Amino acid sequence: MDFMIAAIITIVGLTTPILLAGLGELVVEKSGVLNLGVEGLMLVGAISGFAVTVFTFNPWAGVVGAAVGGALASLIFAVLVLQLNSNQVATGLALTIFGTGLSSLIGVNFTGRIVAPFGSVFPDVLAKDPFWKLFFGYSPIVYFAILMVFVVGWFLKKTRAGLILRAVGENDLSAHSIGYSVIKVRYMAIAFGGAMAGIGGAYFSLVITPMWAEKMTAGRGWIALALVVFAGWRTGRLLAGAYFFGILMALELYAKAAGFSFLPSQFWAAMPYAMTVVALAIISSRGTAGASAPACLGKPFTPST
Amino acid sequence: MRYKLEKRREPSTTMLVVTPVASVIVTMLIGILAFDALGVDGWAAVRDIFLTPLLASHKWQDVAVKAAPLVIIALGLSLGNRAQVWNIGAEGQYIIGALCAAGVGLAFGQAGGFFVILLMIAAGVIGGALWALIPAVLRTRFSVNEVLSSLMLTYVSLQVLGYLVGGPWKDPNGRNFPATAPLPESQMLPSLEGSTMHLGIIVALILPFAFWLLMSRSTFGYQVRVVGSSPNAARHGGFDAKQTIWATMLIGGAMAGLAGSLELTGALHKIDLGFPSGYGFTAIIVAFLGRLNPFGCLLAGIVLAVTSVGGQLAKTTVHIPDSTAGIFQAMMLFLILASDILIRYRIAKRA
Amino acid sequence: MSISRRNLLKGAAAAPLASMALPAFAQEKVKIGFIFLGPIGDYGWTWAHNKGREAVEAALGDKVETIYTENVPEDASAEAAIRDLCNAGCKLIFTTSFGYMDQTLAVAAEFPDVKFEHCTGYKRADNVATYNSRFHEGRAVLGTIAGKMSKSGTLGYLGSFKIPEVVLGVNSFALSAQRMNPDAKVKVVMIDSWFDPPKEAAATETLINLGCDIVTTHTDSPAALQILEQKGLYGFGQGADMSAFAPNAHLTAIEDIWGPYYIQRAQAILDGTWASTDTWDGMAQGEVVISPYSAAVTPEAAAEADKVKAGYMDGSFDIFTGPIFDQDGVERVAAGVKMTLGELAVMDWFVKGVESAS
Repeated sequence: MDFMIAAIITIVGLTTPILLAGLGELVVEKSGVLNLGVEGLMLVGAISGFAVTVFTFNPWAGVVGAAVGGALASLIFAVLVLQLNSNQVATGLALTIFGTGLSSLIGVNFTGRIVAPFGSVFPDVLAKDPFWKLFFGYSPIVYFAILMVFVVGWFLKKTRAGLILRAVGENDLSAHSIGYSVIKVRYMAIAFGGAMAGIGGAYFSLVITPMWAEKMTAGRGWIALALVVFAGWRTGRLLAGAYFFGILMALELYAKAAGFSFLPSQFWAAMPYAMTVVALAIISSRGTAGASAPACLGKPFTPST
Repeated sequence: MRYKLEKRREPSTTMLVVTPVASVIVTMLIGILAFDALGVDGWAAVRDIFLTPLLASHKWQDVAVKAAPLVIIALGLSLGNRAQVWNIGAEGQYIIGALCAAGVGLAFGQAGGFFVILLMIAAGVIGGALWALIPAVLRTRFSVNEVLSSLMLTYVSLQVLGYLVGGPWKDPNGRNFPATAPLPESQMLPSLEGSTMHLGIIVALILPFAFWLLMSRSTFGYQVRVVGSSPNAARHGGFDAKQTIWATMLIGGAMAGLAGSLELTGALHKIDLGFPSGYGFTAIIVAFLGRLNPFGCLLAGIVLAVTSVGGQLAKTTVHIPDSTAGIFQAMMLFLILASDILIRYRIAKRA
Repeated sequence: MSISRRNLLKGAAAAPLASMALPAFAQEKVKIGFIFLGPIGDYGWTWAHNKGREAVEAALGDKVETIYTENVPEDASAEAAIRDLCNAGCKLIFTTSFGYMDQTLAVAAEFPDVKFEHCTGYKRADNVATYNSRFHEGRAVLGTIAGKMSKSGTLGYLGSFKIPEVVLGVNSFALSAQRMNPDAKVKVVMIDSWFDPPKEAAATETLINLGCDIVTTHTDSPAALQILEQKGLYGFGQGADMSAFAPNAHLTAIEDIWGPYYIQRAQAILDGTWASTDTWDGMAQGEVVISPYSAAVTPEAAAEADKVKAGYMDGSFDIFTGPIFDQDGVERVAAGVKMTLGELAVMDWFVKGVESAS
């Protein structure tokens, strides 16, 4: 029992950052924009969250700082692809180069410093209890991530604003023609995606390992991109998919630590991506409504006026 | 006075050429100021990043070796982009191409010579094309977005590389380090005496002409352009869009595979975990900077190679931090991408 | 006073006109170059090498000048970066990562007058020497402390790849722990990377969940230590004193000290006595240093650890002395026999009591 609880806690730690970044990217993609700069945004979030926490001694402020940092960095991307119609793929790749460089530049002054880990805020009787820590032993960011899955799901399905966002992603020209501001909607979606990726990055620098190290996200932004696709652009599946990916990552480590070597470790590492390709094929061939790529994904918005 | 953007009737051919050049110049100017502000000799930094690699003859080989794979991959990608096919998995096709070439080399053991090298390169071309075939099939059979599938496959290919060089293909005399054994001399591409310039560079110089002929002088080139610019017209004209997707994806993958096998046989001579250095991703930017034009790709490949070689040089000479070199490169890309708008729009005074 | 004056003059010498005006500086300084894998601020591998460079400047600053390039990838650009240092006039170049091996040899063939020093490699030439540190000697001290202090008798080892350096570390750690506690076991996880903080953290949690109460790391970030700190368990710093990252969990660290070797080799260039050698120094030469023990280290563990340290200092102790059994219990080294450096350099099997996936 204790063993399972500890394993689950590790899985939650592996899952939360990709869940947050994936959720943000899902909203961005639902609005018809493909932002490949998630890895860079996570790094910017990781350093801004850490820097704010160092100055304020307040991890809550740090999380806000990470969200603001990620959102600001994503606005560079937004201006380029929305205002200047630049190619989204190339701009997203450039954003990752930029975010990596910017985070290292800021990070020079924060290397070698630490902050207190942003752990559970529940009383120790719950947070440290051998059993109840399974529910109460996490950083507030973990609950925030799960809460946001439902908020985003509700927003996209039940609210008028969510409907508009999806309409913009499915058919920007007709959304435009009935009077919605495609550009404004996409700006907000991109900023939201940046903020969520930023918080996802801060989960590394404030919770798991409360420090800053260059390139500390080590490629998790790309897994988050895969996750969105794997989930077929649905929030419920995103949550399940994130935990599925988290379990895969943990299985590799447990298999190794337990001395099993029936599969090479590269097999485990390739699984999330390979399964995403398979999932893509299944989703697309079935053509289930709402579970396929938004029709305008990655295409520039060019009204003929 | 206010200004606004006004759509041009025809894309401006002047701007097509002027904007990338202007972006590079603006980047240089901003660089001088920004580096000075950071306490580095700005002019020296910008000189070393942009000019020294071109002016100092001993840096030419570094530029050429770096530019060759970029140009070759970008040529293949630009063909696809013309047909609105977005293969962003060239990095994966490059890796698989190199692995296929290495596999053929391993199968021949110490044997080498012209035919073995040719077989290795052919294996690289075929391997890259086959890896690109997966997103092509997914797109044509299941209408899967090739941007996503080709990107995912890049990460799969990285693990394939990790598995092979750390497992079955590990150099038995390599003390367990994850790397293949260095190629025997007889399996290496010939290179210029006393320099690192290998035959692959000649290939990179010839291919733009071949692609130019293909694009502007063949029915296939016409088909690609029509399918890309007006899918409806293409359908009426009897052009098969699916066939175009297949062909451009395969050519894109083949070129990336070719670049990978040339890099193996010409430059690195072994595969280890450091082999994938992002050429496949940078080539996407090269293709855009080169305006999807074969000769544009050649020039753009050289420009990016220059800044990369120069960026490293400036790290040594004037000690710009590595992170700053990255930001600087991103800024240049942002400017180039931003200035794209001037091709289709003009700045006009608001009435 | 005199130091600041020298700095002033050094600054002036950098401008060519000023140096012509000062005859004392007419004699050119010997340039020494360094190629670094990571950023010099990584608090790990590259940070330690850069400290070595600074030691050279401090010791021979009036006769030599050092330049370096950081964040050099282990591909074709490494060759270009090494060549840049040759063209900049370096007479001695240190390439400080295994992945620069073939590139170093290639450039060395072009510049026969420049001397090269490649770290952790095994290919040499007339103008290419190799050097490495016996990190496993430090690992023996850590294993001794861990074996003495562990309550569960199960220790964790977070590794990068199954290369000889890591295999030696694991075996040295395990054999040392077993000297203190014959039943001690070491669980090994290789994460296939030198740097991946999230994975290092998750792997550490996994090892802890499988019963390890002390975890040592052979990867480059302090991630594992921070997890151990949060769990109230113990670990060790890798490459440098990392107590700042985990004040309570950090028992001690293996510090890589490259300064003495770098100074010695630079001096050899100045004296004209440089020769291609294969150097594998350890604690006795001051290349592997154990950081001060933390207050958590028990007096008994400290005493045992000090004995190991002293043994390495005077050459009376070597953990790789038989009998040594492999994982299957087969005797690989007979009682009383010491493994040679040549055997250690290619060791690819784990000793008894090591639990690993391969």
